[in-house]
Amino acid sequence: MLNYVTAIFSCQLAGELIVAGTGAPLPGPVVGMTLLLAGLFVWGEVPEELGAVGDFLLSNLSLLFVPAGVGVLLHAPLLAADWRPIAVGLIVSTLATIVVTALVMRALSPAGQNGARQDETRQDDAHQERAE
Amino acid sequence: MNEFRDIWVYLSASPLLHLTLTLAAYQVGLVIYRRAGLNPLCNPVLIAVAVVIAILLATETPYARYFEGAQFVHFMLGPATVALALPLYRQMARVRRSGRAIFAAIFAGSLTAIATAVGIGWALGGAGDTILSLAPKSVTAPVAMGITEQLGGLPSLTAVLVILTGIMGAMLGPAVLNVIGVRDWAARGLALGVASHGIGTARALQVNEVAGAFSGLAMGLNALATALLLPALWGLFMG
Repeated sequence: MLNYVTAIFSCQLAGELIVAGTGAPLPGPVVGMTLLLAGLFVWGEVPEELGAVGDFLLSNLSLLFVPAGVGVLLHAPLLAADWRPIAVGLIVSTLATIVVTALVMRALSPAGQNGARQDETRQDDAHQERAE
Repeated sequence: MNEFRDIWVYLSASPLLHLTLTLAAYQVGLVIYRRAGLNPLCNPVLIAVAVVIAILLATETPYARYFEGAQFVHFMLGPATVALALPLYRQMARVRRSGRAIFAAIFAGSLTAIATAVGIGWALGGAGDTILSLAPKSVTAPVAMGITEQLGGLPSLTAVLVILTGIMGAMLGPAVLNVIGVRDWAARGLALGVASHGIGTARALQVNEVAGAFSGLAMGLNALATALLLPALWGLFMG
């Protein structure tokens, strides 16, 4: 178990070093993700314990945003001063981005996946599986 | 009463208190989210953040003191991002099949995010700083902060806007996708990842692994796309 925790941290550290060395416009952890992905291709499968460590982290991913979210507290005056462009901009822009991305993806997806789409008619709201 | 006060002073000086508060507030959010059948409107991040803020305000605790404890949770964001390689690897066959569509969709989404954020911010009379900090709002926080800094905005305001964007996308995204009739998990995940980075990805992972894998991929590629596109566009139109 600990060896895989070490492996994940090592990927991140290597990612941070690569970013610092090259000035690439990416966060170190995203580069670390590609390093781990490359490692998995070399290995040929996901080792069981690595899967357990990774799934534990990812099943609690939401939690990890709470400390940064509480930071809203620090900027309450700034947010209040310009609240109209911020609120409208955030909501409209986020929804427009979701719509455009999803529609382009659907329009260009390989035809073979149309069949699969029919099987997936259940909607998020009613979808209970994979809840931890 | 004095004794209670001493204990409080002792506890509030230790990182354990605010670390535990973060975990407990999130548990509250999670219970409500599950009771609601994973209804995206009951976003657990939003509930947890609201609970923590209420308690910090009530106890007059400064954010810096809170963060001394919460940083241990915050720190795990890096390793968790690395771990996104796992769902991506498991779904690689699907990702390869639609490589072209993925790149086109992320490029279109990235442009839409930048153009609408800047356009609306400008049209509604936002200050220059606000518009600049709003522009990279759909990108994962560390990259968004870097972009804003490079262009002369306020990185810490960007961080807050990024988090709010993530919560907004995770809350409203699933309903919008239902309205436009997109049911393919790959397209749903990709859209959440482009628009609302890690928080959208967390939501996608909770619902479906295919969606989670595509969302994580979209988050990474959108970070790259925006980091390249935004400074270029900004130079073109504002320079």
